[in-house]
This record gives sequence, C-alpha cells and structure tokens, in this order.
Amino acid sequence: MLTYIKNIFNDVGDVSLFTIRFFKEVFKPPYEIKEFFKQCYFIGYKSLPLVAITGFIMGLVLTLQSRPTLAEFGAESWLPGMVALSLVKEIAPVITGLICAGKIASGIGAELGSMKVTEQIDAMEVSAINPYKYLVVTRVLAATLMIPLLVVFADGVGIIGGFAGVNIHSDVNMVRYSEQVIKSLDFIDVIPAVIKTFFFGFSIGLVGCYKGFNAANGTESVGKAANSAVVVASLTVFILDMMAVQIVDLFY
Amino acid sequence: MIVQEKNITKKSGESVIDIKGLYKSFGEHNDVLKGVDINVGQGENLVIIGKSGSGKSVTIKCLVGLVEADKGEIKVFGTDITKLNNAELNAIRIRIGFLFQNAALYDSMTVRENLSFPLKRHSKKLSSAEIETAVVEALESVGLEEAIDKMPSELSGGMRKRIGLARTLILNPEIILYDEPTTGLDTITSKEISDLILAIQNKNNTTSIIITHDMACAKLTGDRIMVLKDGVIYAEGTYENLEKSEDEWVRSFFV
Ligand SMILES: Nc1ncnc2c1ncn2[C@@H]1O[C@H](COP(=O)(O)OP(=O)(O)OP(=O)(O)O)[C@@H](O)[C@H]1O
Ligand SMILES: [Mg+2]
Repeated sequence: MLTYIKNIFNDVGDVSLFTIRFFKEVFKPPYEIKEFFKQCYFIGYKSLPLVAITGFIMGLVLTLQSRPTLAEFGAESWLPGMVALSLVKEIAPVITGLICAGKIASGIGAELGSMKVTEQIDAMEVSAINPYKYLVVTRVLAATLMIPLLVVFADGVGIIGGFAGVNIHSDVNMVRYSEQVIKSLDFIDVIPAVIKTFFFGFSIGLVGCYKGFNAANGTESVGKAANSAVVVASLTVFILDMMAVQIVDLFY
Repeated sequence: MIVQEKNITKKSGESVIDIKGLYKSFGEHNDVLKGVDINVGQGENLVIIGKSGSGKSVTIKCLVGLVEADKGEIKVFGTDITKLNNAELNAIRIRIGFLFQNAALYDSMTVRENLSFPLKRHSKKLSSAEIETAVVEALESVGLEEAIDKMPSELSGGMRKRIGLARTLILNPEIILYDEPTTGLDTITSKEISDLILAIQNKNNTTSIIITHDMACAKLTGDRIMVLKDGVIYAEGTYENLEKSEDEWVRSFFV
C-alpha cells in the first residue's frame, strides 16, 4: 500500500518534469518543422474518417433520442437547437477526445515505445540529436492543434447528422434547420467548448509520448505503453472536461 | 584477481579513452560494473569479450552518457564526460560513432533518410546534393548502394548491421564503439564486416572498442583484448597471449 502511494507520487513527479521539459524545449531552436507537419498529417488528416463517422452517428442518434421527450411538451421545434447545443458544448468534444485518446495516444505510445525498446531513441541521443525535441515536442504540438480542428469538424458533421435525424420524421429544409442551429449557438457557448479541446489535445499527445518515451525494456512493454496511454489519456479527457465545466460555471 | 598478460603492445602512446574505476548498478541487487578500468590509445582497436550479461554494453553506454555511471572517471579526448552538461556532452558525442547491438535503424525512415538524418542536423552547410553524395559514399563503403530506398523492415539482419555501420560512418567519427558487429551473421558476412572494421581503422586512424563473442572477429580486428568478468577487467592481452593464458576460464573463450 505504501509503495503504491509512493509510486503514484513518483509518477506525478515524472509527468510534471516531462511537461515542464516540453515548455522549455518548445520555443528553443532548431524547430523540427517537417516532422511537425508530418505528425499533423497523421494525427489530423488520418483521423478524419473515424471522426466523421462517429460525429454523424452522434448527431443522428441524439436527435432521434431527444425527439419523443420534446414531442411530449410539444416543443419539437426546439430539436435542432437543442441537439446543436449539446453537440457543440459537450458531446462532440468529449466523444472525439475519447476516440482520439484511443487512436492517437495509443498510436504514439506504441510508436515511441517500440523506438525506445529497439534503442532508436538511444541512437538519436548518441548522435547528439535531441529525441525529446524531435519526437515529443512535434507530436504534442500536432495533437494540441489538430484535436480542436477534429472536434470542430465533428461538430459540423454531427449537426448534419442531426439534420438527417430530424428529416426521418418531419420535413425540415436545410435553410430553416441551419437558421435554428445558428440561432441557438451563442459565442459564449462555443468558445469555452473549443478552448477545452486544446487541453484535451495537449494531454492526449503528452500522455502518449510520456508512456512511450518511458517504456521499460522488452517487447511486452510496448503493448503496456500503448494500453496505459489509452487508459490515462481517456481518464484525463474526462477530468479536464469536468474542470472546464466547473470553471465555465463560475463565470455564468 | 587480474590476470595481466605480458607483451602488451599499443599502437601509440596517447590514450583517447581512459576509464578509471567505473561502477554501475541497476537497483540494489544488480551490481553490473564494479571498478572497470579501460584505456584505449589513438588508432587502437580494443576488443572486449565476456559472458552475456557481464555488462559489456553497459560499459560503452556509460562512455557516451546513455547510461549514467554511479562512480568513476570516464575521460574521452581528455575530458571527463561525467562532469559535462548536455551541450558539452553532445559536442563529444558527435565525434563518437556507436553501432548498436541491434543496429537501431529508424523504422519509420528509408535507408537514405536514416543516413542523412544525423548529417542534416550537424552539417548545416551541406547542400542536398552533397548530402546525397555522402549517403551514397557511406553505403558504398558497406557495399549496399542498392538498398538506398528500402525501409529497414525490408532488410535482413546482416544488411541492417551494415546500414547501421554506414550511418555511424557518415559523420566521420574519431572513435567508433561497435556493440557485437558480427553476432548472428554467417561466417562470410562476419569476415566482411571484420575486414570493414579494419579498413576503417586503417583509413581514418579511428580508435575503436569492439564488443564481440566472435573470436574470429576478435582475432582479426583486435590490437588488444580485454575480458570482462564479475564487473571488472579480469584479463587483458593480445589474442595470442590470452589464447595461451594460464587461466582456464580465459582460455575457454578461445576454443
Ligand atoms: N536499462 C537497464 N535497466 C536495468 N538493468 C539493465 C539495464 N541495462 C542493462 N541492465 C543489466 O545489466 C546487465 C548487463 O547488461 P549488458 O547489456 O551490458 O550485458 P552484455 O554484456 O552486453 O550482454 P550481451 O552479450 O548479451 O549483450 C544485465 O544483467 C542487465 O540486466
Ligand atoms: Mg550487449
């Protein structure tokens, strides 16, 4: 029990150091621009299909599920606005965050983990190349910037999914639907929801890198690194979301 | 006990690598190195042999600061690397080539990118045409020009070792550390690699430490041989000396 608690503190300390190192190195030249764009491509572009499918289904299902309740109060006309609001504020950021925790954090964890195990990270180190800068900084930055974009994309696709859901039972044209959606979305709803996704992205990238970079020796630790990256990143997304909601709650 | 063999001939006086009293343990119960002393002269090939797990790889990892030594002095080019900060250490690392036991090629890059990767970062003045020439030259020196566009996963074990060697050579290091350059290769390929090590030594007057289990390689490449046992240098001498050693355990390597 005592060693368990000690381990937790050790981990927290290590992660903090790892994070501090990120901020120390991110502004220091040389910048690994090419690797950064490559990672943006892998993290952002390659996740589009997955995010599109989940986004569409989220919108569709949410609409279909909410309809009976709203119909009871005769408030069916609120449906587009309500769906859009819940998507943008909560559901799209969290679900996309979780999907990315599964896809991106595990991918990074496995990639860096296997590089660690096969001594590729050591090889960079001995050829006087900073592996932290080349591998970690680029990936964390790419995740921080790409995941908000993916979330905005999921918002859009989700709203289209909602349109499909509305049209299953009634006939609403696209112009009227989007009017209602836009009317319901306030700036102060959207902005905090977007801001928190930067933190989601940062933590997903950082957790993946941390787990991979610190993988133990032996091939089985690659699997462990990928696995625990997903678990920790998903948990972090939830915790950050809760904190974000609390903070926003203070202001409004 | 240290079995000192007579007639140790060094190629030249000045020592480039000088390790004194190196200690390293992993955790509380795994004392790997318990006072290792190694010196290597300019242009000399030192072979280190010893049982698997005796700490040979750890020793040369300490030498480039990949593993932090617990105690002891590690002088490379006259400076103690245990006292350097990261930037100073990197300045020394550029002058040292390290061939990893499993080649450690970057899996996500082609052979060309693997070789140009360190070059692009350390020789900023080079044009891309000059980099390309250097890459091709390094590949030619290991006889693998045709593999330039392959991915590491498409290469055989022996090819990976040779590409790893090419990547090491491309920065023209003054010291090369070979971790089992011939292990797992057939005798013909092993011989080729041993010849390559000798050729590199003769061409650039490089100083090398070669870790090996392959006694043919040790005989061919080694100017001097050290035997690592129980965390210390147990015996030292030329191949011929050690082959006729009075110590049965040392002799057992040579059968
Ligand atoms: N990073 C590490 N963490 C913990 N223990 C380690 C680490 N690296 C090496 N060791 C331990 O150090 C000892 C020596 O390992 P080393 O790799 O130097 O052996 P070696 O002499 O190179 O053997 P081989 O010929 O099989 O390569 C082993 O007992 C190993 O368990
Ligand atoms: Mg070894």
